[in-house]
Amino acid sequence: MPNTINIPTPLRPFTDKKESVEVSGGTVGELLTDLTTKYDGLRKHLYTDEGKLRNFVNVYLNDEDIRYLQKEQTPVKTGDTLSIVPSVAGGCS
Amino acid sequence: MALVLSDGVGAAIRAHGVETYPNECCGALIGRDGVVTVTYALPNTTEEGPRRRFLVRPSDYREAEKRASEAGGDLLGFYHSHPDHPARPSQYDLDHAWPFFSYVIVSVHAGVSGDMTSWRLREDRSAFDSEELTHA
Repeated sequence: MPNTINIPTPLRPFTDKKESVEVSGGTVGELLTDLTTKYDGLRKHLYTDEGKLRNFVNVYLNDEDIRYLQKEQTPVKTGDTLSIVPSVAGGCS
Repeated sequence: MALVLSDGVGAAIRAHGVETYPNECCGALIGRDGVVTVTYALPNTTEEGPRRRFLVRPSDYREAEKRASEAGGDLLGFYHSHPDHPARPSQYDLDHAWPFFSYVIVSVHAGVSGDMTSWRLREDRSAFDSEELTHA
């Protein structure tokens, strides 16, 4: 059964303007891989060149930050919803 | 690309930058089709020193998207101030930028607001491109 990933505003141009996308997989990491396979343009904005999630990319399984679960190895079940939520950071130096 | 600031928006960004000086301010830009109609001031939650960094935490980001939706608009980007630094994006800004958002920067020198600029991340993340900033 597919799961849903909620897409934040700045990434929607890569998902044909969709606010949510149906994906499949057994873990958070597999859902994200399915997402970036379907929408390749997302990959460089979600992952570093080393293949790690960027530190200003927050992923929630339902309402839980995956950093406090098992990160990308967190198992998912039918009906679970993933949300990608930006942190926005910057500064003058 | 160009970004239009409706009447009062530029003044609100400048006032926020002056208010938080010597710390950085930050906030959301809400509007539609490249026209910012309202700003939404947000707390700078950085733990790395607010004189040179800002952070919009995920819960505030979510609230900004919600506000934009309730206003019948879109989240067009974010603004922040550069206290005693030019209104040009830093490497840190670049490293943390999201695509398609407008990033408005206002310089605040000695408590007085100065240049205001707007930038967009290049799609390959290699640099920011300046975008024209106009005031309606």
